Amino acid sequence: MTTAYATSTTWIDACASSRLHTDDGIAVLLPGGRQAALFRTRDGHLYALDNIDPYTGAAVLARGIVGDRAGTPTITSPLLKHTFDLRTGHSLDSPHVRLTTWPVRDTGTTVQIRTPLAAP
Amino acid sequence: MKELVVIGNGMVGHRFVEALLDRDRAGHWNITVIGEEPRTAYDRVALSSYFDGATAHDLSLGDLTGPRVTVHTGERATAIDRAARTVTTSTGRTLTYDRLVLATGSTPFVPPVPGHDLPGCHVYRTLDDLDAITDRARGARTGTVIGGGLLGLEAANALRLLGLRTHVVELAPHLMPAQIDQGAAALLEHLVTGLGVHVHTGTSSTAVRPGPTGHAAHLDLDNGTRLDTDLVVFSVGIRPRDELARACGLATGERGGITIDDTCTTSDASILAIGEAAHHRGTVYGLIAPGNAMAEVAADRLTGGTATFTGADTSTKLKLLGVDVASFGDAHGRTPRSLDVVVNDAAHHRYAKLVLSDDATTLLGGILVGDAGAYATLRPMVGSPLPGDPLALITPHGAPPPGAHTLPETAQVCSCNAVTKGDLLSAIAHGAHDVPALKACTKAGTSCGSCTPALAQILTQAGITQTKALCEHFPHSRTELLEIVRATGTRTFSALIASHGTGNGCDICKPAVASILASLGNGHILDGEQASLQDTNDRHLANMQRNGTYSVVPRIPGGEITPAKLITIGEIARDFDLYTKITGGQRIDLLGARLEQLPAIWARLVQAGFESGHAYGKSLRTVKSCVGTTWCRYGVQDSTALAIRLEERYRGLRAPHKLKAAVSGCARECAEARSKDFGVIATDKGWNLYVGGNGGFTPRHADLLATDLEESDLIRHIDRFLMFYIRTADRLQRTSAWIEAMDGGLDHLRDVVVHDGLGIAAELEAAMERHTATYTDEWADVLADPDKLARFTTFANAPTTPDPTITFTTTRDQPVPTTPVHLAMPTTRP
Repeated sequence: MTTAYATSTTWIDACASSRLHTDDGIAVLLPGGRQAALFRTRDGHLYALDNIDPYTGAAVLARGIVGDRAGTPTITSPLLKHTFDLRTGHSLDSPHVRLTTWPVRDTGTTVQIRTPLAAP
Repeated sequence: MKELVVIGNGMVGHRFVEALLDRDRAGHWNITVIGEEPRTAYDRVALSSYFDGATAHDLSLGDLTGPRVTVHTGERATAIDRAARTVTTSTGRTLTYDRLVLATGSTPFVPPVPGHDLPGCHVYRTLDDLDAITDRARGARTGTVIGGGLLGLEAANALRLLGLRTHVVELAPHLMPAQIDQGAAALLEHLVTGLGVHVHTGTSSTAVRPGPTGHAAHLDLDNGTRLDTDLVVFSVGIRPRDELARACGLATGERGGITIDDTCTTSDASILAIGEAAHHRGTVYGLIAPGNAMAEVAADRLTGGTATFTGADTSTKLKLLGVDVASFGDAHGRTPRSLDVVVNDAAHHRYAKLVLSDDATTLLGGILVGDAGAYATLRPMVGSPLPGDPLALITPHGAPPPGAHTLPETAQVCSCNAVTKGDLLSAIAHGAHDVPALKACTKAGTSCGSCTPALAQILTQAGITQTKALCEHFPHSRTELLEIVRATGTRTFSALIASHGTGNGCDICKPAVASILASLGNGHILDGEQASLQDTNDRHLANMQRNGTYSVVPRIPGGEITPAKLITIGEIARDFDLYTKITGGQRIDLLGARLEQLPAIWARLVQAGFESGHAYGKSLRTVKSCVGTTWCRYGVQDSTALAIRLEERYRGLRAPHKLKAAVSGCARECAEARSKDFGVIATDKGWNLYVGGNGGFTPRHADLLATDLEESDLIRHIDRFLMFYIRTADRLQRTSAWIEAMDGGLDHLRDVVVHDGLGIAAELEAAMERHTATYTDEWADVLADPDKLARFTTFANAPTTPDPTITFTTTRDQPVPTTPVHLAMPTTRP
C-alpha cells in the first residue's frame, strides 16, 4: 500500500449496498480524480482496486469478469483479458505489475471506500 | 544450379515439384514445368464435384511459386533428345535439362467400336472433357457410360447430376470388378439402381449409331439390346501417356507405361518417370496414392536421398453415387488358402468382407459397401494380427472396433500420403501435440481425411492428453455443458457450477455458459445474474474500443438503407461527435461513444426505426448482399430481399463463435458469399447453399452443401445447419473448423442437414422457430428497464461525470482517441 494511507484517510460513500451486485463491478470516482473498481464476490467479500487497466491505460476494470484461479479471487480486464488478484492487485500475467487497492466496507446501507483525503 | 524439366502438370507432377521445393532448400535445381492443359494442376480425384457446384478454381491445387520455378501451361512437349538432353515443345521452345521427370499421366482408353468418334461421344478425364459433356447434356435426355468401374460410376453420377436418364454398361459380370467381389457388387447395383441408374452388366457395346443429325443417338450391345442415348462417355480404362518415351527409345512395359526401377529412374539414368505414366514391376497404377509415393521418392532421389518405391497400397475408399465403397489389401482373397468372413445384410444396405490368413489370425484385406466406417481402423491393420473376433469387427452393434493403438509402427495410417504410425509418433515426439499439428507436419489426413480419427487415437496412445475441459472450473467441453443445461433445465451459471463445476468461474467459462444459456433461449442477456457473465461487448451491447469507449453499428439488414435513414445516422454521429467509418459488412460504424451515451444514441436510433446491431459478440453479424435482379443486369434472383429476410431471421442468435453470411444474386458472387459461415448464391433454378467459409487469419472458402433450393427449403437447411453448429461446436470454433473436425466432415454434415440422417432435423427447426419467435430488440429492452439502464453510467457515485481519462484529438476532420492512450495516474510499480 502507499504511504499516503498512513497520513490522512477517510471513508467515502461509493454507492448504496443494493447497487453492488455479486460478481458485477462498478466504477467509483475518488477524491483527487482516481477511479476505483468495486466488486462484491459470491462469498460476500468486497474489493476495491484501481479501475485503470495498466496494460492499455483504459479505465475499464469494473467492466471485467470476476472469477477465480486456483482459489485466488480474480478480475479479468475486458480489453486484452489480463487478470489480477482481487485481494492484492497483483497481475497474474506479470509479477511486476500491481494495482493500487483500497479498503472497502458495507455499512448495511452503503458501500464505502477508505481513501486519502487528497490525491497522493 | 542445375536444370530440371518436368513434363506434365497433373496431380502427381504438382506433388513432385512441391516435394522437391520442400527438400531443395539449398536451391540446387532450377525447375521448368510443361503442362498441355490450359490451366495449372487441379484435383482430378474430385472431378465429379464440378457437377455439384465446385468451380475450376475450387479444384485447383494452387500455383507452384518460387524464384526457381517456371510453369508453362497450354504447351505440349513434342520430342525428347536424350543425346542433347533437350525437350522441344509445341511452341517451338527448346529446354535443356540435367534431369527430366516424366509425369505425363494417362489418357482414357476408347475402344475402337464403330461410331466411337461421333459427336456426342466423350471421355471423362479433364475439366475440358467435363465442359464438353455439360454442353452436350443441354437438351439431351439420356446418357450412357461405357465402363462400370470406379471412374465409370463417377461419370454416371455426373450425368445424373446433369439431369440425364443414365445407363452404365459393364463388360464384367458385375460393377467395379477391380475393387470388389460379386456380393458387394450386387448390393452396390441394388443401391445405384434405386437412384435411377440403369445397370447393364456382362455385356459390351458393339456400335454407336448416329441419328439424323449425325450425333450419337443409339448404342448397340452384344446381348442384342439397343439403348437410345444422346451422349456416350467412355470410361473403360486408362492408357499411360508413354508416346514421348517410346519415341526417344526409353524402355516401356508390354502393355504400356514407362519402365522404372525402385528409384523411379527409367532406362536412361537422367530421366525419371512417376504417376500413371510409369510402369513399375509389371504394374501401372491408376490411383493417386501410388503416384504421390513415386513423386516423393523422385524428389528425394534428386536431392541426394535414398528413398525407394517398392509398390503401393491400392486401397480405396470413396463415395460413388452416394454409396460408401471401400476396398483394401487382398480384397479378392488371392492369397492361397485365405479365408473369408462375410456379413451381407442387404436389408440394411451393408456388405462387409474380411480376408484372413489360413489360420484366421492375420487380416489380409477386405471390402465394405454401404457403410465404410470401419475402413479407417481396418485398413492399417492389414498384415497385422487381428485383435479379436473378426466377425465382431464388421458387425454393427458388435464390439467397438479396436483403435489405432493396436497397430504396429510400420503400419501405414494414411495411405494417401504414405504416412506410417512410426512417422506420426516421431512427429508427436517433435512437438506435434494435436491433430491439426500432426496433419500440418506429416500431411497425414490431408487428402481423403479417413484416417483423422486414427490420428487422435495415436496422440492418446502417445500420452498426449487432449483435454476437452473448458477451463479449471468445468471438466466438460462446451458441447457437454450445453447438453447438461438442456437435459437438466439449469437456467443460471450459479446452479450449473454448483452442480457440475468447482470454484467461482472465470473469463472462459462464464461467457461460454452465458452463450449456451442465450442459445437455448433464456430471456434478455442482461437479465439478473446473466449480466455479470457476459463478455466485454455483450456486457454493454456495443463494441468496446481500446480507450474504453464503444462503437455503435446500427443494423442495416442486407446493407439496404433509405436516404432518410442514412441522413439520420449522419445526424446522430454529428450530434454525439462520433467518428464514422463504413464497415466491411455493409454497415456504418459509429465510434467513440462513452458508456453513458449509449442509451441516448440507441433511443435516437429506435426513434428513427433502427435497432442497434450485433457487430459484436458470438452471434450473427450481417448478411451481406448484392443488388440482385432488382438492378443488376446479370442477376438471376432477388439477393437483397433474401439477405434481409435471413438477417432478420437469425439476428440475435448466440453461437459458439461469430456468424457471418452473404447472398449473391448470380454466380459472379459480388457479395463474397463463399467467404462466409453460410453463403447463398443464386442459380437460375433457386439457391445454392455454401457453408464453412471465413476470412481472418486462415481464410477458407465455404463448401457447397446443397444446390438449387427453393427459398423455403433453403431456410430450413440454414436453420438446421446453424442449430446443429450451436449444439455441437466447441467454444470459439468457427463453422469451418467445426466441419473440418467433424467425424465424416462435410459428407456427415450434409447427411444431417440435407438428409436428416440423425433424425433431429425437426427438433433443430423447432429450436430455431423458438429463437425467431422470442427475438426482441435487445437495446430497446434496455431503454425500457430502469435496472438495466443503471448499468450504463460510468461512475456510480457521480453519474453525470464523464470518464476523465477519455480524450480525443482530431485526425482527418474526425475525433480519434488521443494516442498513446493517456495514463491518468501511474498504477504500476516495479
